[in-house]
Order: sequence, then structure tokens, then C-alpha cells
Amino acid sequence: MSKIEIKNIYKIFGNYPDQILPMVKEGANKELVMEETGHTVGLDNVSISIKEGEIFVCMGLSGSGKSTLIRHINRLIDPTAGQVTVDGVDVLSLDDKEILDFRKKTMSMVFQRFGLFPHKTIIENVAYGLEIQKVPEDQRKEIAQGQIDSVGLQGFEHQYPAQLSGGMQQRVGLARALATDPQILLMDEAFSALDPLIRSDMQKQLIELQSKLKKTIVFITHDLDESLKLGDHIGILNGGRLVQVGRPEDIIMNPADDYVKAFVKDVNRTKVLRAQTIMTKKDQFDATNINPSTIYKIDENTMIEEIIPKVLKERCTMNVVDKSGNTKGYITSDELSEALTKH
Amino acid sequence: MIKKLLTYLAIPVIFIWLLITSFKASRWKPDNANELLSDFSWLNDWPKWLDIPLMKWINDWFKFFNEEYGIYFEIVNNFLLGAILSLKKFLVFLPWPLVIALVVAIVFFSSGRKVGTTVFVGICTFFIGFLHPKFWDKAIETTSIMLIGILICVFFGIPLGIIMSRSRKVRNAILPVLDLMQTIPSFCYLIPGIMLFGLGAVPAIIATVIYAIPPLVRLTDLGIRLVDIEVIEAAEAFGASRRQKLLGVQLPLALPNIMQGINQCTMMALAMVVIASMIGTRGLGDEVLLGLQQLNVGKATEAGLAIVLLAIVLDRITQAYGEKIQDRNRPLDKFNEKAKMKKAAKKQVTKESTKDGMEAEVKTN
Repeated sequence: MSKIEIKNIYKIFGNYPDQILPMVKEGANKELVMEETGHTVGLDNVSISIKEGEIFVCMGLSGSGKSTLIRHINRLIDPTAGQVTVDGVDVLSLDDKEILDFRKKTMSMVFQRFGLFPHKTIIENVAYGLEIQKVPEDQRKEIAQGQIDSVGLQGFEHQYPAQLSGGMQQRVGLARALATDPQILLMDEAFSALDPLIRSDMQKQLIELQSKLKKTIVFITHDLDESLKLGDHIGILNGGRLVQVGRPEDIIMNPADDYVKAFVKDVNRTKVLRAQTIMTKKDQFDATNINPSTIYKIDENTMIEEIIPKVLKERCTMNVVDKSGNTKGYITSDELSEALTKH
Repeated sequence: MIKKLLTYLAIPVIFIWLLITSFKASRWKPDNANELLSDFSWLNDWPKWLDIPLMKWINDWFKFFNEEYGIYFEIVNNFLLGAILSLKKFLVFLPWPLVIALVVAIVFFSSGRKVGTTVFVGICTFFIGFLHPKFWDKAIETTSIMLIGILICVFFGIPLGIIMSRSRKVRNAILPVLDLMQTIPSFCYLIPGIMLFGLGAVPAIIATVIYAIPPLVRLTDLGIRLVDIEVIEAAEAFGASRRQKLLGVQLPLALPNIMQGINQCTMMALAMVVIASMIGTRGLGDEVLLGLQQLNVGKATEAGLAIVLLAIVLDRITQAYGEKIQDRNRPLDKFNEKAKMKKAAKKQVTKESTKDGMEAEVKTN
């Protein structure tokens, strides 16, 4: 069962969104609506379902509606029409008090510019979610300290956010989000404001944390490389519409339209594609003429960047196997050149 | 849409109604309204009948108001007068060195232990009495009137600012009122104040509040709206209620602006002191007035200087506190420098090398 279910969400910004809704439903695009009515279409019939324990990356350029979308999940923004279900609970039916409880217990959020409280120390910042939940002070200090240790910021507990570097501030943001032990983590361009080295560091840290914690993470970014690196599934937004949803390989191999193609064009495919994606299946491959001494076994999940040098050098054939060692298919230089050719 | 149409319709209706009432109420109107259509001489000069009887309305209303609700004003009057008198009596009762010591102590702690500011304010306070022994008690009287006035400003101004920051409609309704309060000549409400409260300190307080509250309201509103949206969203995302958001995040972050508002409020209240002396409020202002009436330039200047000194003292106290709060929220080098220096001390670097380092830092600064 999916953890988060978003169904046919529309969001129109302006004075009379309800009057504009029928026009948008009939298929008028963002530019047309803006020109004729002065209303901005934020989201246009977006449906997504996100499984428990996965990282779902929502990708798009600025103005594509991705930040609007993530704020529908914890209802910082109310949709014009549509349905949001989290854990089977209809989020839109909650009243003012229930929505506060829901935000406290189920999810927390990490922000692009960190959103730390400048007047609170690091440990107070991390403990904020618990403070809101009225956890006694000793207990929340203890939990916060644990989170600070786990992101490697020991010794900075009593400093103020302004005294820390960007990367450290975002680690505080992450620790604050994790301190309430939420099931769902919403990350709004969490690493976009960081410089490249620190960003890849944080990506690694997130992947490590996720392998331990198994949260459901909704991650927003405008960077395709980042989304390919982190995402179990990726949704691509353009002008408020969901253009394509799929696994990273699907997006690379079968871009849905010109917009996605333009994105995918410059991606380094060798770091994204796995052996099982490009192999020729064993029943379609004729292995009889190949010298058995030039066949090597590789795991089906190997990235192809690891195969290329060997295949190029020794002109060998790779035998793709699954975990228990059964042959699933083969890769030769033909498959590699096919996969790496830009269409 | 319908709402808009109604408002568009209401404006001409009200205007026409005003025209008709002003025509009917006028003593100089022509006997027959039809004459206006045959004789167009009224287009040359502004006709006497084209005159809203606002004066009469206000006078009637004020008279009614004074007669019906006078008793409530009496209660407010007695309460405020009592507050001022007891505060004044208490401060006058204290020996003057003790008062100076108190002021110095307040400045020292509110400015975060800045010695320079503290000494400066101490000297200023001393000089108020030093200018003329009579000024000491007068300054205390002025201060107690102002303190009560500022307390009232804070009590009403900050909540009003908070409400304004939350709703655009309320803001649009209150802003013109604030403009009015700031631009209308103070005598326009000093005189009605006398009629409601009698001569003395209370109408002065009311006038002070009217004159000094707008900057505090504006700065509170602005301060809250200037708080980073992402920080507010962060609080909301963790499920903070409106109250938790306001008390835990918005107000603390708006505090430097609010303190600036209180500072402005204080300064404007002080500007009111001389004007208020014209309606019989005692204090430093009436010394200035006396000097002017006697054409005694020296006396007026002396009293004027005392007011300036009082202003400096109050300004430093409120300003210093605001700065102290701001220091914390700013990415200050001072913090880092302190931390660096501590670390340096721990590493047991020799005294000379730290000195050199500090000198180098000073030079680069």
C-alpha cells in the first residue's frame, strides 16, 4: 500500500480560483490562464503515489510547482481541488486542531535556506519539534543531543545558527527534522543552497541515514543528477503538470517528451544505468560462439561505468547474474554502445 | 463582484446625500432650489450653502458624549492621576544619588555591560540636576508622566501591531487612522482632552499616547511581517499553533524592531512635553514655557538642555537593549572572535603572539 497518495490535485493562485478551475480542467495551459484571467496555475491535475520507505524525488525547474506540491502533503497549502491521503487518512478533512497533531506526529520538513530559528541555539533548534509537542525539557535535550551527535555536530550545541557554515546549518536542519522521529520526511530543495562538495557529502549522508532509518522521503530538487542519485522513483514536473514518473533508468532510457529529453541529454548515463537495464536477455542471446574464457560474471545491479573499461580492453562478454547466481542476460560492447548512444 | 458593484454604488449615494443635507442645513440657501437652474451666479464663487455642517455635528456629538459618558472619563482620570502621583512621589522620595545609581544599573545590564554607554548615561543624569537644582524634581515629574504614557502605548500598541500583521484588511483599516494621528495638529486633541479630563497631567498623557503610539504600532507590524517566511513555515511544519508561533518565533524575531518602536515612542513622547505644558502639565516643559514668557533666553535654554539630557538617557536605555538582542541574531564576527580567542587561550599560545594577532586584526579592520 502506498504511504502518500496524491490524487488529481489542482492548485490555482489568485483571487477567484474556483471560477478558473473549470477552464484549467478543460486543458488550458498555464500561459493561457495567466494571460486571460491573471491567475497562476500552480498544479494541474497531479497524481502521485509514494510507497513506504522509498525516496521519491520530485524534479522540475523553478516555477514548475514542485515546492507547491510538497506543501500539499503537510497542508501548508490547501489545494483548489483534489485529494491527499497519508497513511489512509484524508489530510484535507482534518480540522485546525487535528492538522496540528498530524504535522507533529507524522512528518517533518527540511528547507532550502535551512529555516533555522536564529534566536535559538543549535540544541534548542533541534529540540524545537519536541518543544512543540510539550516533551519535558530533560528528555528533549537528551534526544536532541543524540541527533546532534548522529550528524556530527558535537561541540556546537550552544552556538547560534549564524555562527555555523551552510553545510553545518543544513545538518542542524536534518537533525531537527529527525528529532521527532517522523515517518515521513519532506525535503524542499534541501541541498540546493550548498556548494557542490558539501552537497555530495550531504547526499551520501542522507543515503546512509536512509539505509538505517527507512523513512518515507519526498525530496525536491531542480538538479537531475541529484534526483538520479537519490531517487527510488522520480516525478518530473513542468508548468504544474506531471510529465513523467518512473525509476531513474526509465527516465533516462525512455524520456516521455522533449522537455524530459532536454534534461536527460547531458546526464552521465554510465553512473545511472545498471547492468540489468541494458543487458540482452539470455533467451535472446546466442552464447554458443563465445569463448567461455572471456566471460565474466557480474551482479545485475552493477553500474555500467564499472564494466566499460574491462569490456573495452579485453573485448569480453559480461554474464549478468542475480543474487543467487542465476544467469539473467549478457552484455557485450554492442549493448554498451547501444545504451550510450544519444537518441 | 457584487460587493464591488455595491461599493461603487454606495459612494455616489453617500455623496448626493451629503450634498442634500448640506444644502438643507445651510442658512444662506436660495428660497427655491429651482433658482439654481436658472441663475448660474453660484458657479462663480464657492456658494455658502455648499458646506458640510461637520462642525455642528462634531460639537453636538461631543456635547452628548461628554454628558453621557463623562463619568467613565472621570474614572480613567482618577486612575491615571493616582498612578502618576504615586510613581512621582516614590521617585522624589528616593535620595537623588540612589536614583542615579538605579539608572546606571539599568543601563549597565540592558546594554550588555557596555562601560562606555553606562558612564555616559550616568553623567547625563547627573547633569540634569546639575543644570538647576529645581530641574531634578521636574525631570522626575516629566519622566513619570512619560513612563505611564509609554506603558499605555506598549499595552495597546503591540497587540494592535500584532493584529495588523495578521490581517491585510485590519491593516488597511488602521493605517489611515495612524496617518491621521500623526498628522493632525496636537492642539486638536489637547483641547477636547481638557474638556474631558480637566487641566493637568491626564490630558497630557492622552495626547502623548495619540502622538507616540503610531510608530510603535507600525514597527511591531513591520517587524512581525519581516520575519523570514521559511522560518515561519518551519514552525508550522512542526505543528506549532498560532500562539506557539507568535510567542516562540514571531515576537522574539521581531523584538529588535519592536524595541526600535518603543524607542521612537519614547522620543516622540518627550517631544510632547513642552506642548503639554501649555495645558498646565507640570514638569520640565513648563520651565521652557516660563522662560519664553519672561523672554529669559538663558532659562529657556537651560530647561531645553535638561529635556535633551533626559531624552539621551531614555534613548540610550531603550536603544541599548534593542542592540543587545540584535547582536544575537546577526552573524557576528564578535562571537567567532571570542570563540577563537578562547581556543587560542586553550592551546596555550604565548601572550605575545596573541597580542600580535589581535593587533593584526585591528589593523585589518
